[in-house]
Amino acid sequence: MDAIMLQEKLVERLLCPRVRTARQKEKQYVGFATLPNQVHRKSVKKGFDFTLMVAGESGMGKSTLVNSLFLTDLYKDRKLLNAEERINQTVEIIKHTVDIEEKGVKLKLTIVDTPGFGDAVNNNECWKPITDYIDQQFEQYFRDESGLNRKNIQDNRVHCCLYFIPPFGHGLRPVDVEFMKALHEKVNIIPLIAKADCLTPNEIKKLKDRIREEIDKFGIKVYQFPECDSDEDEEFKQLDKELKECTPFAVIGSNTVVEARGQRVRGRLYPWGIVEVENQSHCDFVKLRNMLIRSHMHDLKDVTCDVHYENYRAQCIQEMTSKLAQDNRIESPIPILPLSTPDVDTEKLIKMKDEELKRMQEMLNKIQQQMHDKDQ
Amino acid sequence: MAATDVDVFSNEEKRNLSLGGHVGFDSLPDQLVSKSVTQGFCFNILCVGETGIGKSTLMNTLFNTMFENEEASHYQNGVYLRPRTYDLQESNVHLKLTIVDTVGFGDQINKEDSYKPIVDYIDTQFENYLQEELKIKRSLFNYHDTRIHICLYFIAPTGHSLKSLDLVTMKKLDSKVNIIPIIAKADTISKSELHKFKIKIMSELVSNGVQIYQFPTDDDAVSEINASMNAHLPFAVVGSVEEVKVGNKTVRARQYPWGVVQVENESHCDFVKLREMLIRVNMEDLREQTHARHYELYRRCKLEEMGFKDTDPDSQPFSLQETYEAKRKEFLGDLQRKEEEMRQMFVNKVKETEAELKEKERELHEKFEQLKRMHQDEKRKVEEKRKELEDEMNAFNRKKMAAETYSLSQPLKKDKDKKNRSVKTENQSGVSASSSKVMMAKANVEPLNCQSWWQAIQCCTCLVHNAAWKPEGGIF
Repeated sequence: MDAIMLQEKLVERLLCPRVRTARQKEKQYVGFATLPNQVHRKSVKKGFDFTLMVAGESGMGKSTLVNSLFLTDLYKDRKLLNAEERINQTVEIIKHTVDIEEKGVKLKLTIVDTPGFGDAVNNNECWKPITDYIDQQFEQYFRDESGLNRKNIQDNRVHCCLYFIPPFGHGLRPVDVEFMKALHEKVNIIPLIAKADCLTPNEIKKLKDRIREEIDKFGIKVYQFPECDSDEDEEFKQLDKELKECTPFAVIGSNTVVEARGQRVRGRLYPWGIVEVENQSHCDFVKLRNMLIRSHMHDLKDVTCDVHYENYRAQCIQEMTSKLAQDNRIESPIPILPLSTPDVDTEKLIKMKDEELKRMQEMLNKIQQQMHDKDQ
Repeated sequence: MAATDVDVFSNEEKRNLSLGGHVGFDSLPDQLVSKSVTQGFCFNILCVGETGIGKSTLMNTLFNTMFENEEASHYQNGVYLRPRTYDLQESNVHLKLTIVDTVGFGDQINKEDSYKPIVDYIDTQFENYLQEELKIKRSLFNYHDTRIHICLYFIAPTGHSLKSLDLVTMKKLDSKVNIIPIIAKADTISKSELHKFKIKIMSELVSNGVQIYQFPTDDDAVSEINASMNAHLPFAVVGSVEEVKVGNKTVRARQYPWGVVQVENESHCDFVKLREMLIRVNMEDLREQTHARHYELYRRCKLEEMGFKDTDPDSQPFSLQETYEAKRKEFLGDLQRKEEEMRQMFVNKVKETEAELKEKERELHEKFEQLKRMHQDEKRKVEEKRKELEDEMNAFNRKKMAAETYSLSQPLKKDKDKKNRSVKTENQSGVSASSSKVMMAKANVEPLNCQSWWQAIQCCTCLVHNAAWKPEGGIF
């Protein structure tokens, strides 16, 4: 309200036919400092959406973690397959969509589940259904974006993929490496160490170093946190640095609430102690939640839109135009500006020259063949 | 053999007699024990499980020593087995322990063939023993028995059920070796989850017909404990070689921020049960089962493959020796036949090649003859042409002479000179015309297949210059 009144005063002054003799150096308040508030208002009204994919072998705790992250139960009445049914299982893609609200902010959350990944005995190309799904979403958005009526575009693109690495090994396994390499240019991958309650702090550190090393070695581009601005305060920078050194996060999830130290917390009850999910010294769950939801959710969306989707789009257009140049009859689903084609006469000339060259080539070949025959 | 011996015994009457005093044959078991102690024992364990699941750590924990072990990498191309033999001693009992590790199990993307190296290894050990048994000069008491007595199958603690690879592998192994499934890294499963997990695993094994090792309940002394242990399968174990101070004791445990998992605490994990069952109670039974059941099955299958039977069609006892002789003869006969066949084939091949070569030779000869003839022809033609040319030249010279003498004998007049000169030039052009005609005639003689005119010219110039026939490209 203050700003509006000030604005009005300003307008008055301008319209006043008073000569601006006094060159007052007082600070004039324009008022666009309210822009963030306006953005906030509008976005609350519009609501947000976020698509999260979880991938990893069965039994890694993916569903439990998702439930712990969003404090809901998405996986009621889930049917798990037996071992013999999984011998030849193919990967399915299952989407769960929920609408959740907090302090007036609405979020349409879509979880894309990949049951069956890595479960069969022969896992050759088991990531193909997943890459196909992601490409499909990109294509869908591409068409919508290029359509005539763009008012209600549904954004189903996958913004983030949480990949669960089993803690039982010594590092990344071949199937992990292949999966991440197939997807790192299509989606933001965040690798996690699942079921971290089977590792002591030393072992966690060793495993994290190992995994970071192997990710570098294989050239996998996982999601990088954006650099913080140089004018942020030291504390923030420190937190940011700690966060980056903690990747990949070692997480523990839980569906049950237990009593620990007089409080009711989400945790796992063991005969030798209680693991609290939200205890920073037990696991990195809090860091993951802060990063994923509280600070970097929008950045994940931006990177998906600006980097992965643009790459896909550029590639798609390139393929289409090269095809068009070859065959004029291909119908393009999107309006493409025609390339500068050479005019008809020069084309004819080129064609004639081409044919001549071909003929001469054939004659040469025939002569060579005959010489060869007579020689032997 | 054995059948006839038993018959003899059962016909006789067995009488139970009571002893008047202490004879002393109740020390027989002790004699047996002291003999086996001096001989030493031997035990072979096979550990099957994914890389990093805790096989080496569990072995270290079980036997309370540090067996040297490097960490395996995840990027092996296939599964291979790594046997290591150690000599252990406790009190005065010597144990030759062999631990076989599966390296690279479960790491490949395509795991369809992962079970094969394991099955092959087990079969090889059986085969070695069989060979030793069938030898003429054998020393079974001295033989280092490498047959696998127990296979510990490490199941990953997912909490849901068995993995598909586990099921497939266990089905292939259950008829060859005693399998005890264990849940590795069990400190990641809470009590209630563990209960459900165990039930799920056992039901899956039963429904798929996998026969795991059951602790024997026929011996009264251990039947009770064994029966109760059978109900606790699969054992959920935690391994550790690090020591942690708990209270005022130092125990082997894993230290977490939220507590300490003690390996030998029965309420924390089933390690103690596993050790009891595996080492303290049933080790000997495992060896016996391997020999009496699995090895005998293997031996029977192998010998049946070779065609041996216990009784021939007439129900007369079969002599191994006769069978062996028959087999040998058959084998030698086979060998001879194969040799004959190969020889035959070789001879045929040689004949064929010879015939081909002869044919080729004949063709070449023919070609040569043909070429020679053509050459002769051409030469003759060239000669003729030359003769013609010479004749014409001679004729022309004579005419020239005649004309000259005629012109000399006549008074020289200008127009006549002119005429003569014109005649001369005429004649010259005529000569040149005739020579070109000759050339053209020559050119027309042969139907040239030249592709271009310059080749034709080349041929003609050859004709004229060399009077020899050089085959330029495209002439024949």
